[in-house]
Parts: sequence; C-alpha cells; structure tokens
Amino acid sequence: MYRYDAIDAEMLADRVGEFREQAARRLAGEITEDQFKPIRLMNGLYLQLHAYMLRIAIPYGSLNPTQLRKLAEIGRLYDKGYGHLTTRTNIQFHWIKLRDAADILQHLASVDMHAIQTSGNCIRNVTADPYAGAAADELDDPRVWSEAIRQWSTFHPEFSFLPRKFKIAVNAAVVDRVATRTHDIGLYLRRGEDGSLGFEVYVGGGLGRTPYIGPLIRQHLPAARLFSYLQAILRVYNRHGKRDNPNKARIKILVATLGAEEFTRQVEAEWEKIGPAGDLPDTELARIRGAFTPVAFETLPARSAAFDEARTKNPAFARFARNNLRPHKKSGYAIVELALKAIGETPGDITAEQMEAVADIAERWGLSDIRVTHEQNLVLPHVKLDDLPQMHAALAQTGLASPNSNLISDIIACPGLDYCALANARAINIAQDIAETFGDPDRAETIGELKIKISGCINACGHHHVGHIGILGVDKKGEEFYQLTLGGSAAEDAEVGKILGPALPGPKVASAIDQLVEVYLRERNDGERFLDTYRRVGLTPFKEAVYADAH
Amino acid sequence: MPTLIKWRDGRAEAAEDPFTTVLDDMAGIPPGDVIISLPRFQLEGERLLGEGRNVGVRVEAEQAVEDLAYDLPRVSVVALVFPAYRRGQAYSSATLLRERLGFKGEVRAVGDVLREQARFMVRCGFDAFEPADGSTAAQWTHVVNRFRHVYQRAADGREPAFEERRA
Repeated sequence: MYRYDAIDAEMLADRVGEFREQAARRLAGEITEDQFKPIRLMNGLYLQLHAYMLRIAIPYGSLNPTQLRKLAEIGRLYDKGYGHLTTRTNIQFHWIKLRDAADILQHLASVDMHAIQTSGNCIRNVTADPYAGAAADELDDPRVWSEAIRQWSTFHPEFSFLPRKFKIAVNAAVVDRVATRTHDIGLYLRRGEDGSLGFEVYVGGGLGRTPYIGPLIRQHLPAARLFSYLQAILRVYNRHGKRDNPNKARIKILVATLGAEEFTRQVEAEWEKIGPAGDLPDTELARIRGAFTPVAFETLPARSAAFDEARTKNPAFARFARNNLRPHKKSGYAIVELALKAIGETPGDITAEQMEAVADIAERWGLSDIRVTHEQNLVLPHVKLDDLPQMHAALAQTGLASPNSNLISDIIACPGLDYCALANARAINIAQDIAETFGDPDRAETIGELKIKISGCINACGHHHVGHIGILGVDKKGEEFYQLTLGGSAAEDAEVGKILGPALPGPKVASAIDQLVEVYLRERNDGERFLDTYRRVGLTPFKEAVYADAH
Repeated sequence: MPTLIKWRDGRAEAAEDPFTTVLDDMAGIPPGDVIISLPRFQLEGERLLGEGRNVGVRVEAEQAVEDLAYDLPRVSVVALVFPAYRRGQAYSSATLLRERLGFKGEVRAVGDVLREQARFMVRCGFDAFEPADGSTAAQWTHVVNRFRHVYQRAADGREPAFEERRA
C-alpha cells in the first residue's frame, strides 16, 4: 500500500475545499444544473435516473482494511447500505444527495481516498494487475508505476480537457489481467534484449461503439523515459483528436485515421522535442517505491497439512480451492479470488456488512491487503495456505465464498437500465438469469473458464466486445433485445468478438448461452477452453445451434 | 465589454484592455492597438506593426501556434480561443508558446473562459483572461491559489511535489 505523505494529503484537503464551495454555489441557486455539470463531472458526480451517483477512485484497485471500512460507513450513512464495483476498479454509490457530496469527499480524504478524475474528459483512474506484488509471473511491481502515473495525471494542467476520457493500464506480468490492450494507453513492462527495463507501448485500444485492440507503437521505451513519452502521446491527442463528435473523439479514432505508423511518427517527433525534461527523476520513482509498505512474508514450506486436510474432508472448501486460488510468488501463500458473483446477486454489488467482513478477514489472514479487479471481484493477494480453511469458513458466513471465479457465472455486467441513463436495456437481470441457468457448480466446473461480459448499451462499460461470450443490450422499438458476440478476449491474446447473429429477446438469452455451451462441450478437445474451441471450429456450429429454430 | 483579468506575481487583478479585437468580418481596422486573426496577421501584420501600434494575434483552437514562431518577438498578445470550455487545445498551445517558443508577451484566454479552469490556465502560462462567467479578479486569485502543491512541472515554473520532496 502506498503511504500518503503530507503533500498527497494536502492535495486532497484542497480538493475537498474547492468542491465544497462549488457545490454550495449550486445548492444556493447561484448556478444552474447546466453550469454545474462540468464542475461535478470533474469530480465523479453523475446525475443518474434516480439520484446523483458518486464514483470513487480505487487507484490500481488497491485498498487497505481502513479504507474498505470507510466505504462501508459511507454506504450506510449516505447510500442504501451497499456499493457497486466497476470495471475500472472504482466503487460507485448510486443514491447520493448533492448536499452530502462534499462531506463524503472529506470522509474519503481522511483515509487517503478521493473521487478525482473519475469522470470528465481527462486521464481516469489508472488500472493495474490485481495480483501485483503477489503474482508468480511478475517482472516488477506495476503499482509503483501506476502511483507515479496517478500523481503525474492528477490535475494535469495541459490534459484536463481532452477530446474525450482517457484510460491507462499497466501490466508487469506475463499474463495480462488488466485488459491492457483495450485501453487508450496500455503499458506492458518488459525486459529488453540487453536486460534493461522498458515498456511496450500500445495506444488506441478501446471498446464502445468502435472497438479496437491497441496497436504497438513502441517496442521498448526505456522505463525512465515513460513520462515524457506519455506527455508526447497526450499532446498529439489533445491537439489533433476529433472534438466535434463525441463518438469519434477517443484516441483510438485518431490512431485509426492517421494509421499507427503516422501516429507513431508524430508522437516520436514530439517526444524528441520534449526531451528528458518531461521525465520524473529516478529519485522520485525510488521514493514512491519506498512509500509502499513492505509486506512481511514468512518463510513457509510449499505444502500445508491444514490446507491438504481441509481439501480432503470438506468438498465445499475443495471446490473453492480448485477455482478461486492462484499461485503466489512466495511458497506457502496463495492469492485468493473473492468472486462477488453469488448466484442470483448483482455482479459487483457489495454490502456494507460484506465490506466490513472483508476488511476483518484481510486484517486477520490477508496481511491487510485488498484488491479490486476489473472483473468486479475482490482479491486477497497474500494468504497463508495454513489459514485458508479458517478464512474460507469466515467468507462463507458472509456470502463471499462463491467458488465460481473465472467460471461461467463469474459475469461482468454494467449497471444497465436499472440505474444508468445511457442504457438501452437491463444487464443485471440477464447476468442473474445466466448464473441461475448454470447454478449447478459441477456443471460450471465441467465447462471451465468462460468469460461472459454484458453491456446495457454500445458504450460497452461491461466490456462485451472482449467477452468469450459478449452480450450487448439493444433497444428494438421499446423492447430489450440482446446481441451476442463470440470469441472476444481481454487477455494477452486480446481480440474483439464476432457477432453471432440477429439480437435475441431478453428471455431467450440464457437458453441461447446454454446452447452455445452444449456445442462447446460436444466439440471440445482435451484441455480446450470455450475460447480455444471457438477459435478452432469457428462461428458456424454455434450459430446453427442458436438459430436452428429460425430455419 | 468583458472585463480583463491579469495574472501578476501570484494574484489576479482587473485591468484596462488597450486592445480592440478585430473579427474577420469587420471591414476596416480601427486605430490603436488591435488583436487580429492569424490569417489577417499574415496579410496585414507587417503594415500594422510598421505604423507603430501594438499588435496581438488571435489563434483559434485548431490552429498551430508554431505558425507564429518567427513573428513572436514582434507580437504583444497571443489570444488563444476556447470555443467551449471543454475544447482544450489552447492548453497545449499556451504551453508550447511559453516552453518551446519562448514567448514573453501576454497569453490571453478568450472565449468560454470560466473560473473553474483558472488554475489549469495559469499553470499552462496564460496571464490574461476574459472571463465569460462574470467572475472577478478576487475570485480568480482565490481559485488559482487554493492548491498548495502541484504534481507536475508546467509552464508556470511552480515547484512540483517531487522537487518539494527532495528539498
């Protein structure tokens, strides 16, 4: 966990003061809702269907128990006792009153949290690998770079009024758990042939109306030159990005219009001119690295008798262990996925009681470290194998032991028409239908890894384009229909899915998914995931199964 | 007539505006100091400067300030246009004028200029403003000076957090 110093803390205090005055002007009627809009949008405050929604940043998805308890308190005091985790690893409260907003920011600032740049056409919350500092396949800690980017981008004077929002992701592991190449800038930390640390830089990925997987624009950017390079990219975008049509204003359109080669040439030319003056001194990077609390790992054997015994004796624990644990870099530890995807619940929703329970559990068994994933789940990155049986029992008591991480019912869904003014269709009910259809845990395990992602409109907050199965809500003459896509991936083999066929009415979606799964189970070879089988056999057999009735 | 606000020595003050802004659809050029469009400056700038007046140039959001590079020593004001507050190209233009082109004259923000943008503008090197929201010099001083720290280097030369921390 990055520890704030006095400067970081004063930055938040000043922001709270600024927003308090701005909100007071609105409450006093000095400015209209229209005039207030740009102000609140600088601060993650949206006017939604029922109330204001406040989006709180969880930088690179990292939380400590104190912060999570504070979020629980806010949920209870100012909302309806729960929050909603988003695909940008933020948390949203959907029932906020304007007169409370400044007080909430003050609460957040007391635990080093904020809502800065969680909306508006600026650089948004930076995302990073939720397994940072724990993953066995990690090259360096991406949180150090992410925190440096957070600071650099906070109130950036030149880049706070970009053509459109701007999202950066950092991956420093072999496996991509951040959907890096669907970002405006995706950074892969890699070692060059000479062993030096550098970034592969991908620019112009994105979902929404026109999905793109970002092209590589630089193979090996020396790590120390990151910030001048970011500045060059942002400057080219700020000057030349389209602004007349918001649907064409993301950097992906500029990159696609110019072509990756010409865009790269312009960035490199600008970068030459900026020079090292635009970089962060090594001493500051070292300071940030040092400001992360060191984790006190114990030296443990690779096997744990308590863990092995619980696996043999307790089938529920064994299932949880099979599906929700990931290898840790330290022997005797595991990374634990807490899927907020109990069958029948709303993906990403978490109650105040659950937040407090997770905070307690993380303190007791998880070295006080908690992560939020872009798949709307929580992760406890450092848990001893010895402690897992006890911890599992505690999780089960609060409904947080869903053993379905990465399985078909571990679904991403945006809030959809239930909350969002932009949506064309509901998303949550579709996720619930599907989860119930595949409620049998044995069958879910037989099916294996299958990522379903649901968006209630073309803005694609639910990342449907990169779901193994993607589901997009569309409005057909006032009725909710859903378009299915197959073969998308947000991982290191990133790809945009292909449309299966005509959109289906809501009640048909879960049964169509069932038909797709049956085709997969029939066609698959040993060890193939749904995505692998699809890539081998193509769209046709899936299409035939779902649309057979129509012929 | 909008009130002009100038930023000097860490505070805003109301100022008289000696310049007349001449839009392209206006036929003649009035006497005295004028701000004219970039295309018009390229046609008539030489003559106007020869008459001994102060000349400013109005640069639209999508125009490149680099086109003015060789004339900058003779230009008194560069007025950068915000057609809407969210059209933020001028933040880059101001930064380039100060940091790359070494412009020492007045960089003025015109158009949809709101006090919420003040602190970003000052950081990018703007030092004169025509606010569109009726805000006063006192309000500008207040909003610009609110933040005790900044995280980045910028054209205003303020010491960023990473330098403060080294001290």
